[in-house]
Amino acid sequence: MSAVAAWVRRHPVLGFFVVFAIFPWVVPYKSLATQVLIYGLFALGFNLLYGYTGLLSFGAAAYWGLGAYGTGIALAKLKVTSLWLALGAGLAAAVVGGAVFGFFCLRRRGIYFAMLTLAFAQLLYFVGFHLADWTGGDDGLRGIAVPAVVLPGLRIPLDRSVVFYYFALVLVGLAVAALRRILDSPFGTVLQAIRENSDRAAACGYDISRIKHLSFVFSALFCGLAGSLDALRLTVVPIESLHWSTSGQVVIMTLLGGAGTFFGPFVGAGTFLVLEDLVSARTESWPLVIGLVFMAFVLFLPKGIWGTLTGNSAAPK
Amino acid sequence: MPEISLAALAAQVFTGLVLGGIFVLLAIGLSLIFGLMTVVNFSHGALYMLGAYFGYVLLTHTGSFTVALVLAPLLVGALGLAVERVLIRPLYGRSPDDPLLLTFGLSLVVVETARLIWGKIGLTLDPPRALGGAVNLGFTYFPTYRLFVIAVTAVVLLALWLFLEKTNVGLLIRAASRDPLMVRALGFDVGRVWFIVFGIGTGLAGLAGILAGPMRGAYAEMGVTIIIESFVVVVVGGTGSLVGAVVSGLLIGQVVGLTTFFVPKLAEIIVFIFMAVVLLLRPSGLFGEAGLLE
Repeated sequence: MSAVAAWVRRHPVLGFFVVFAIFPWVVPYKSLATQVLIYGLFALGFNLLYGYTGLLSFGAAAYWGLGAYGTGIALAKLKVTSLWLALGAGLAAAVVGGAVFGFFCLRRRGIYFAMLTLAFAQLLYFVGFHLADWTGGDDGLRGIAVPAVVLPGLRIPLDRSVVFYYFALVLVGLAVAALRRILDSPFGTVLQAIRENSDRAAACGYDISRIKHLSFVFSALFCGLAGSLDALRLTVVPIESLHWSTSGQVVIMTLLGGAGTFFGPFVGAGTFLVLEDLVSARTESWPLVIGLVFMAFVLFLPKGIWGTLTGNSAAPK
Repeated sequence: MPEISLAALAAQVFTGLVLGGIFVLLAIGLSLIFGLMTVVNFSHGALYMLGAYFGYVLLTHTGSFTVALVLAPLLVGALGLAVERVLIRPLYGRSPDDPLLLTFGLSLVVVETARLIWGKIGLTLDPPRALGGAVNLGFTYFPTYRLFVIAVTAVVLLALWLFLEKTNVGLLIRAASRDPLMVRALGFDVGRVWFIVFGIGTGLAGLAGILAGPMRGAYAEMGVTIIIESFVVVVVGGTGSLVGAVVSGLLIGQVVGLTTFFVPKLAEIIVFIFMAVVLLLRPSGLFGEAGLLE
């Protein structure tokens, strides 16, 4: 196990593609694989902000929801026929939302940041709830017709779940490669410097509020792409997409896998979803179980599964 | 016609005052705990909910609202003490994010446990007969129980102020919030101060819960929305400022009350818009000093 982990750590992007190319064939059913992929990307976006920049957000649902509604409204209400345009609409919504809310949330430091992200996500939840003409309100946004993937000389319908999985794999893989690129850049190094000691990073002459804001927007972008893909997967956007419990879910997933580790988010998403599947089949009290598991992780295993397995101690201080 | 709407408006101001009182009780507990221990207690809303349920159980078993009103906050506070000792204490010295994460997990557990014990459907708490009905305030009739809530909140706040300002323990708490290291160097057990403060803060959440019970009923999710609104109250009030928490709680109570009256559709959203405006104009909150405790 640790030999595989070591190889994956050395070749992260290649490792990601190899593991997830086989993944649907080893899990009990393929829709679980798609969920792990999409929620893993969601957690990856959250992890960029928390694990690498040291900013704990309790409002990631806002950007996931903006991505989902952006894509969903483009397809169901505006009758957009291009998949790329619909995805672009979701990403644009998430990025604009991230830029605006990030500006407000970053006006306060430390623990207040967490409260503010939660509050702004809640604001968006109520807005989504009341704008029922656009969002479907409590009933969720229905009637999303997923267009085929159109590339020059190529047209691939996404109606089969295996095809959709590999379509999602390509996009998520690109996001993973992009994150690796961001983290390896000087910008990524400054992010981690801010996590370790933001005062010292500021003293080194970095404009840390601008860099934090940029990190916030990148994080929103990844979360938004995940939300967009989930809208395509479900062909419906439930109002819960914007609910605080969705933000909580991604916090739990990331910490289970290991905050500040590159693959922790995917490991965490997988663990969470498999556990949810097993537990929900036996009892209705899933939140009780995951709550206890999560508390145990915070107390005894703060590095998470992947962080412990790889000995990576980059957990935020 | 104008007189009627004026009376209705006045009644709404009182309703806002009641809501503000509940906000203040919750926010002051959060602020007290945060100011002293830099712990954000995410489970505060869940403990508020337990206050209402404990009140329900005590009320049905003893038949006395007074007993419920006194015992429910004490029980919640006792639970708070246990939480501090068993769950929060191991996290001192780690990132302030960790207690927040832990109490988030705890809130999931507590809410789900409440759902298992008391069911998914909300319960109703009857106010005592002496506090039923309405009082003629001259310009409008107002439910007696709500006036009682305002009175209790005022008395508790006064008592808390006297405790913090006039007693030795209060002095120690204020000193420990300013400079815990120095207090420890002077030979006091800061850990014990934190323990006591966590108990007081969570007890106040329990009190808010039992007070809200007869107005809103008791249900497992009742703490979720209000904890987020209480966070807003704390942020608006200013960093670690108890006066800020009181002023901002009452202010937001009025803002919500009046918005419910004039633009009901905006009632749920106005809190957050208000917060955004304050953040723009005064980033450190109404009574906050920039950079303190952040």
